[in-house]
Amino acid sequence: MSAVMMTRKVRKWEKLPGKNTFCCDGRVMMARQKGVFYLTLFLIVGTCSLFFAFECPYLAIHLSPAIPVFAILLFFFVMAMLLRTSFSDPGVLPRALPEEATFIEMEIEATNGNVPAGQRPPPRIRNVQINGQIVKLKYCYTCKIFRPPRASHCSICDNCVDRFDHHCPWVGNCVGKRNYRYFYLFTLSLSLLTIYIFTFNIVHVVMRSVNSGFVKTLQDTPGTYPFMLVCFFTLWSVVGLTGFHTYLISLNQTTNEDIKGSWSGKNRVQNPYSHKNIINNCCEVLCGPAYPSVLDRRGLMRDDLSVPTSALSIVPGLCLQLESSYGAMFPLQKTTAPLIPNEHTPDDAKPSMADSAIAHAEKRSPSPREEKLPTLPKSSPTPTKVPPLASPETDAEASIIAKDKAL
Amino acid sequence: MAEAHNLQDLQHQAAVASKVYVQRDYNSGTICRFQTKFPSELEARVDRQQFEETMQTLNNLYAEAEKIGGKSYLEGCLACMTAYTIFLCMETHYEKVLKKIARFIKEQNEKIYAPLGLLLTDPIERGLRVVSFTVPEAHTNKGCFPNATIIPLYVPWALVKSSAL
Repeated sequence: MSAVMMTRKVRKWEKLPGKNTFCCDGRVMMARQKGVFYLTLFLIVGTCSLFFAFECPYLAIHLSPAIPVFAILLFFFVMAMLLRTSFSDPGVLPRALPEEATFIEMEIEATNGNVPAGQRPPPRIRNVQINGQIVKLKYCYTCKIFRPPRASHCSICDNCVDRFDHHCPWVGNCVGKRNYRYFYLFTLSLSLLTIYIFTFNIVHVVMRSVNSGFVKTLQDTPGTYPFMLVCFFTLWSVVGLTGFHTYLISLNQTTNEDIKGSWSGKNRVQNPYSHKNIINNCCEVLCGPAYPSVLDRRGLMRDDLSVPTSALSIVPGLCLQLESSYGAMFPLQKTTAPLIPNEHTPDDAKPSMADSAIAHAEKRSPSPREEKLPTLPKSSPTPTKVPPLASPETDAEASIIAKDKAL
Repeated sequence: MAEAHNLQDLQHQAAVASKVYVQRDYNSGTICRFQTKFPSELEARVDRQQFEETMQTLNNLYAEAEKIGGKSYLEGCLACMTAYTIFLCMETHYEKVLKKIARFIKEQNEKIYAPLGLLLTDPIERGLRVVSFTVPEAHTNKGCFPNATIIPLYVPWALVKSSAL
């Protein structure tokens, strides 16, 4: 029994390689592990809720109503920055298509020449000159590209990210070119919010103590103390982090470069990206253009899946629709032979998981699966092996004749 | 209409054609700029000056998109004050220029490269890393029967024809 390949339209995010999770039909992009991100949300929302519930009424009456208003504005800004950092594409670079990967391989082999047997081939590096300095571009074996300068491969998300800073579990995403400024504004505003809440917490306790005594204050407002502790500890870490990133921005460096010591030390190259001026560096990082995502998560693409020919009788209209929408006529192909993994149209990211699953199933056991519906992408392999391009027309005519007889 | 069809045909053939890649030029930093050096593979196919003009215009457009000046500061400040929610309704300057670039590439393909049998692909599709020119291979028998895995399957036209008879 042969199978027919049918195509359906899917969003590109469904076929993207890498270990990201997508929500809202590709609008939201995060890392897989989101546990710490939920903790961050809980801590911020929880702490602020306690502040608004227990402290703000007293402060609004006895000091000024502007205090809770400003706190609310700051809280919304912090949440907006956090969600923006967590949900946006950090600057992921799409993997090379097979043609480009092959071309790069050929280039590398041509450069390296013949490597004697038993010897390791030289590392895949491309030297480029940036602002008068020689910078080495490394080859990424996963993405099959030479990484642009400042890009790095995140092993957690399994993507190359442009201007890779670090992978932050607290925001549940990588921090890269596209979301670095949101990350920085998040840490800055969170520092301000934490300092603000902590300060007014102390003001509140002092004011109450002046009126009613310290011990009575502690008894009256038990809810404030858990989050005062949280505030105290987060204050040091968040303020410290903000200070660190302010330092990095003023030097136009990334956390990744700082950790690796790319631009430090006498023998090393000086940072070619720095403008040697703190203000210019800050302006470039924080006030530069908003870079677009190059991933096109919500674009449509064709997804090939094979359907047993017996299932075709229940979808005659679909066949005609496919025919009219594509306009090209191609003969039926048997899907019994394993699919060649590296060849596909420029539109496809890679062969779908379903196709590789089919290839696997065929290799293991040729059990017939003719009764499956079109949505389940399983083919029915025949016991005899047929080369992929063999006699497509006979297959087509045979199935047509069979169909005509059935009707 | 015929030109659009030609473009579509070329895109279909792209899978069985060879590609010439023009890499990024990093001499001035990480700004988006492509090399204007004429690749030897295109020697016989396209005029050198035409190629350089196309690449230079592309570079100028990207420079306009990434320009850090009064306009980008204003956009940044306004966006920051609204906690970047304004980008949910408004298009950024970069996105506007990208649309301009897409139109420019389409126009270049229609007017210059499609008649020469070439196809220029938008670098945004490859992550702004390369500009590729698709050079269709010489027409051979092998080329007439595309690989099964490249071309998706359709119900053969014979089925449609037989129902029409």
